[in-house]
Order: sequence, then C-alpha cells, then structure tokens
Amino acid sequence: MSVKVSMNVNGKAVSAEVPERTLLVSFLRETLNMTGTHVGCDTAQCGACTIHLNGRAIKSCNILAMQAEGGNVTTIEGLANADGTLHPMQEAFRQNHGLQCGFCTPGMVMSAVDLVKNTPKPTEEQIRELMDGNICRCTGYHNIVKAIAAGATSMAANP
Amino acid sequence: MYQFKFQKAKSVAEAFAGLGKDGDAKLLAGGQSLIAAMKLRLSQPSALIDLGDIAELRHIKVETGTVTIGAMTTHATVAASAEVKKALPALAMLAGSIGDRQVRNQGTIGGSIANNDPAADYPAACLGLGATISTNKRKISADAFFKGMYETALDAGEIIISVSFAIPKRAAYVKFKNPASRFAIVGVLVADFGSSARVAVTGAGPGVFRIAEMEKALAAKFAPESVANIKVPAEGLNSDLHAQADYRAHLITVLAQRAVAAALT
Ligand SMILES: Cc1cc2nc3c(=O)[nH]c(=O)nc-3n(C[C@H](O)[C@H](O)[C@H](O)COP(=O)(O)OP(=O)(O)OC[C@H]3O[C@@H](n4cnc5c(N)ncnc54)[C@H](O)[C@@H]3O)c2cc1C
Ligand code: FES
Ligand code: FES
Repeated sequence: MSVKVSMNVNGKAVSAEVPERTLLVSFLRETLNMTGTHVGCDTAQCGACTIHLNGRAIKSCNILAMQAEGGNVTTIEGLANADGTLHPMQEAFRQNHGLQCGFCTPGMVMSAVDLVKNTPKPTEEQIRELMDGNICRCTGYHNIVKAIAAGATSMAANP
Repeated sequence: MYQFKFQKAKSVAEAFAGLGKDGDAKLLAGGQSLIAAMKLRLSQPSALIDLGDIAELRHIKVETGTVTIGAMTTHATVAASAEVKKALPALAMLAGSIGDRQVRNQGTIGGSIANNDPAADYPAACLGLGATISTNKRKISADAFFKGMYETALDAGEIIISVSFAIPKRAAYVKFKNPASRFAIVGVLVADFGSSARVAVTGAGPGVFRIAEMEKALAAKFAPESVANIKVPAEGLNSDLHAQADYRAHLITVLAQRAVAAALT
C-alpha cells in the first residue's frame, strides 16, 4: 500500500508515492536523496534529524512524511544562500570550531536557528537549557554554545 | 513499524467515522508518543486517523475562572501563550518543561493526556487544577479521567476536544526531571483555591494521584511548613533504575514544599 505525499522542501514543490509508514526523515534521505539531515538515534533523543516544519524545529525521525503533507519543510540544505555563502549560524559554527566529526551538526544548526528565532538574544544559560534536545558525542558542547551565541549576534545584524 | 492505512480527518465527525470503520484504528496527534511506540512495535494500529488538519482543535481561550485549551494545541504554543502566562503561569511553565523544544513543537495536550504516561506532566496539571476534559461525547472530570498506567476513561471512538482548567488563586509545578528524557521522576503540582487546595503527583506511582492529607493542611494554611512533616508511604510507588520507591516518597514531600514556596513567590 502507498500514498501520495506532497510538500514544499527548501522552496521546491516535491511529491512522491511512498508507503504510509514512511518517516519524514526517510522521505528526505531515501526518497529525495537529501542526506544532509542525519539519523543518530532514530528514537527522538539526539536531535540529529532536526528540520523545520512550517517554521518550527522538529525531529523528523519521529513523525510520518504524511504529517508534513502540504507543509513547508526546511532542511540544512536549504539554509545557505544560492551563491553558496553560508547562513550566519553555519558560518558561526565554522568560525568557532563548533563541530568535530560533524554528525550532530545539521541538527544542531537547524535547532539553533529556531532557538534564535524564538529567543533572539539568548544567554549562555538559555542556550545550554534550550539545546537539550540535541546531543553531541565529540565537542563537549563549549564551542557549540559559543557558536550559537555568535550566530545569534550575526543573525541579528543580518536579518 | 508495521504497515497501516492512513487518513487525514478534516473534522471531528470525520475522525469519529474513521474510527468506527476500523476496530484497530487509532487517532494520531503529534505522534511524539505514538510513532515512537509504533517504531518499537509496541503499538500496531491497523489505521491512523490524523487530527493534524482540524483547525478547530487548536485554540486557547481564557474566560473568567477557566483556561480552555484545544486538544491539538502544542506544548510550545501553551508555553509561549501570553494569555496562559497571565491567567495561569504554572500551566505555561509546566508545558515549557515537557521534553525538549523539538518535542514541544510537535506534541499536543490531547495526545499527552490520552496517552497518560505515568511520568507525563499534563496529567498532574489536569488533576491538580481540577480540569474538565471535553470529548465528542461528554465532559469528564480529571478525577474520573486518569485510570492508572496508560489507561483513561476514554471509550473506543471517543475523541478529546479540549481541556478546561480552573484558575486557582495561585499554583506551581515543580518537577525532578530524568536528565535524559526530561520526564518526571517525580513532579508535584500544588494549587491554592482559597477555601480548598489540590496536590497532584506524577512520576511517582503507576498513575497520577492526589494527596488528601496535604490538601487539608494547605487548605488550612497555604505555606511550605504545612506539608513539611507529611510523609507519603513508599508502598505502591515506582522503583526502577532511576529511583527507588522510598526515594520517590521522600521527593514528594520535598517537592511539595518547593512547589508551595514557588506558588507564593
Ligand atoms: C524525547 C521525548 C521526550 C519527552 N518528554 C516528555 C516529558 O518530559 N513530559 C511529558 O509529559 N511528555 C514527554 N514526552 C511525550 C510528549 O509530551 C508527547 O507529545 C505526548 O505524550 C503525546 O502527544 P502527541 O500529540 O505527540 O500524541 P500522539 O503520540 O500522536 O498520541 C498519543 C496517544 O493519544 C491518542 N490521542 C491523541 N490525540 C487524541 C485525542 N484528541 N483524543 C483521544 N485520543 C487521542 C493517540 O491515539 C495515541 O494513543 C516526550 C516525548 C519525547 C519523544
Ligand atoms: S535521529 Fe531523530 S532524534 Fe535522533
Ligand atoms: S561533532 Fe561529532 S557528534 Fe557532534
């Protein structure tokens, strides 16, 4: 059995016939071949699969593709400008060495962009508290927190 | 995940009709508990009826004495609502303490209370704030709604429409979180209704429950010292790798005092 699912991903209309049980993350990675969104735990714990659905950060491993039917999805692939210049949050992760292996990074960046949208000038404490849905096994978090603070400042400067 | 049929309902009536067509059909709200359970094959519905497109289930209404929240309202929406923060700040804080930001952006109040996880936060709010749960068939008081572990008074084919909380003089919720899942190892909600008080505990037992002795003491005097010497028996409380029953019992008294102190500030 299958269903037709249609949505807008990074500004482009997409649609495909998929089994009902297809998770949104599988739809992105396996149907659309957009592998920027990662799967770390597959149990809604680690945040590696974080994307934006209708402007809100969610874990794409814990919803069905059909729950995003008709919606607007933004993934890490949709964050940089068309000319390849990085989004201020991506640039801040680069500048502040906010990653090591990079596995958690797409989710960290997507989550951080949403955090700053809702809390424009986060304190260090707020960043640590509000990023609790994203786990990193490499960095020890210090540089991620620094990167998000820097990213928040440059997002405010380049709205 | 086992295969299933999928239907998007456009209205509550359509969702109800969908449930009737298929004995093993289940409603889908945010999916934050149900999809996780289905992935583990702990749940195997034959069909899912998605409530996501029913706009009438997403609302917040503050009236004299009550705050009413539509079943499909997300935890993040309740936590950020200026109206809820003003009328019933303890409820906004509780919603903001659920899981993480991504879970709060997707999970809903209706899904949370229908699921009735023994460590969930909203059941404590419902019981502690004397809530009324409205379904497509009737109104159910919180005292009659929660039936112990993952069980509620909902019948087959019954759909939660909204939850109405009574606005107390003051209230607070304090939770001792499991640091990994953020579910409550113990969570205590206290509410001062003037001539009466309510104390609801989640996480500690097989389901949410009230503590009559604390309520009586707080009705007489709403102050932390009123509950300081009220011990809760460990018998019947949960023991697991996170905490033993006697530790949970101890936490209830500690958190009840903290919650009363927080309500007073
Ligand atoms: C990582 C993580 C951490 C979490 N931490 C916490 C926490 O700290 N505290 C906490 O309380 N919860 C926590 N949760 C659970 C979360 O709050 C869920 O959102 C909630 O339990 C279920 O809501 P949902 O909208 O996702 O419902 P779903 O998962 O879609 O549905 C849950 C159940 O409710 C039924 N249902 C849904 N809507 C209705 C309705 N309107 N009428 C009748 N039945 C209905 C469904 O059929 C299903 O059986 C966590 C979840 C995750 C993944
Ligand atoms: S892969 Fe989705 S939260 Fe870990
Ligand atoms: S950089 Fe390796 S998991 Fe975060």
